[in-house]
Amino acid sequence: MAAPHFLVHNPTDTVGVVVVEDVKAGRALNGWMMETDKTIKLKALDPVPLGHKIALQDIKKGETIMKYGHDIGRAVAKIGKGRHVHVHNVKTKRW
Amino acid sequence: MARKNPAPTFWGYRRKNGRVGVRNHVIVLPLDDLSNAACEAVANNIKGVMALPHAYGRLQFGADLDLFFRTLIGTGGNPNVAACVVIGIEPGWTKRVVDGIAKTGKPVEGFAIERNGDINTIAAASRKAKEFLQWASEQNRVECPATDLWVSVKCGESDTTSGLASNPTVGNFIDKMDAVGATTCFGETSEITGAEKVCASRGATKSVGQKFFKTWKAYMDEVIEPHKTNDLSESQPTKGNIEGGLTTIEEKAYGNLEKIGRNARYIDVLGPAETPSKGRGLYFMDTSSAAAECVTLQAAAGFVVHLFPTGQGNVIGNPIEPVIKLTANPRTARTMSEHIDLDVSGILRRELTLDKAGDQLIDVTLRTCNGRLTAAEALGHREFVLTKLYRSA
Repeated sequence: MAAPHFLVHNPTDTVGVVVVEDVKAGRALNGWMMETDKTIKLKALDPVPLGHKIALQDIKKGETIMKYGHDIGRAVAKIGKGRHVHVHNVKTKRW
Repeated sequence: MARKNPAPTFWGYRRKNGRVGVRNHVIVLPLDDLSNAACEAVANNIKGVMALPHAYGRLQFGADLDLFFRTLIGTGGNPNVAACVVIGIEPGWTKRVVDGIAKTGKPVEGFAIERNGDINTIAAASRKAKEFLQWASEQNRVECPATDLWVSVKCGESDTTSGLASNPTVGNFIDKMDAVGATTCFGETSEITGAEKVCASRGATKSVGQKFFKTWKAYMDEVIEPHKTNDLSESQPTKGNIEGGLTTIEEKAYGNLEKIGRNARYIDVLGPAETPSKGRGLYFMDTSSAAAECVTLQAAAGFVVHLFPTGQGNVIGNPIEPVIKLTANPRTARTMSEHIDLDVSGILRRELTLDKAGDQLIDVTLRTCNGRLTAAEALGHREFVLTKLYRSA
């Protein structure tokens, strides 16, 4: 497989990380699931900067965001599959 | 070039107390803020010695004063320091630092400014610094086993590429070097927040894990709770972290913990600047997550080389420990290449395996220990920042 556009740590994760600098809305992306070495396909619905997260599935408001196979916070807005995931729609549960 | 030898060696300076340094510094250490000018004048007179100006040393008391002395004595006592001149405003506390450093057996001498003035002090201290420098220049490197190597780790300006690749590369290094008997150390108490239970489970025994958890909880109760305004957002994760794609403190914490690998277990929990005493292995140290404060404490505990994975491009160095910087962020590797000692962005493109990246990091670390200057050393980064527990009297 060519260099992936996004990486996923763990099969239970609901977000992946974009690792290229030119992801625009509408682009078809190839993802690499690091733990299982599987390939995933996903269409970006937002421009997503290098290092930022993209939703691997539709996520409801209030749902837990999974990364590294762990709970990293909750959705504070509905997030569609392929959308940019960051501080505008995810917060820690701690504070 | 990948490391082939399963038991690596390096060339270092074996000091009188048996510890091995990878640098041969002669330092001019101020006891207090008032003595910075004299120390800098000595370093200006004697080419090749290094002054370590800092902001503190007056009217500290209690645990904060203990930490101050531990940090200064540990800095002078670090095996990367061949010899040390100490200058203070008055002789009492100056002698306390000199006596502490002298326990390592290395040459150290103190000078006090009161009743002498700056100029006479600078003259006398410069003569001693010259003598120490010439003596140090005749010390030779000897081949040393990996069991003599003390390595500290701490990441900075992290982003999601840190958790994906540069921190796991350090983790791979830790797993391999732990297996050959190196002594290693991670810290960053506040940054473990979110992954504190996972971190507690990585203790070698249940009681060590509990000791970590108590340390973390005490930090939360004594520092965060009384001082926080609403939450830690904007400080943890930092603005740079958020720019790099990290959203929550939990996400940052799990990425951070990738630095300790898969197999290694920490064998003790150290106070700030406390020297390990449980033998070879991985240690956790209670430190700030601010880069320069953390590395200064680790150097004061006796670590001689530092691994610093960065995402967005932290440029830190340390006067005592060479700081090796690695990044997996291809933009950082491209736009800030002069700061980066090892580019592991190939992991993200599937051109480089984690195992190979770990071997490359071992290789660049051993070369650094043998004398290769790091990017931070070549660029003159010498951030020396003391940790203060509370305000002075």
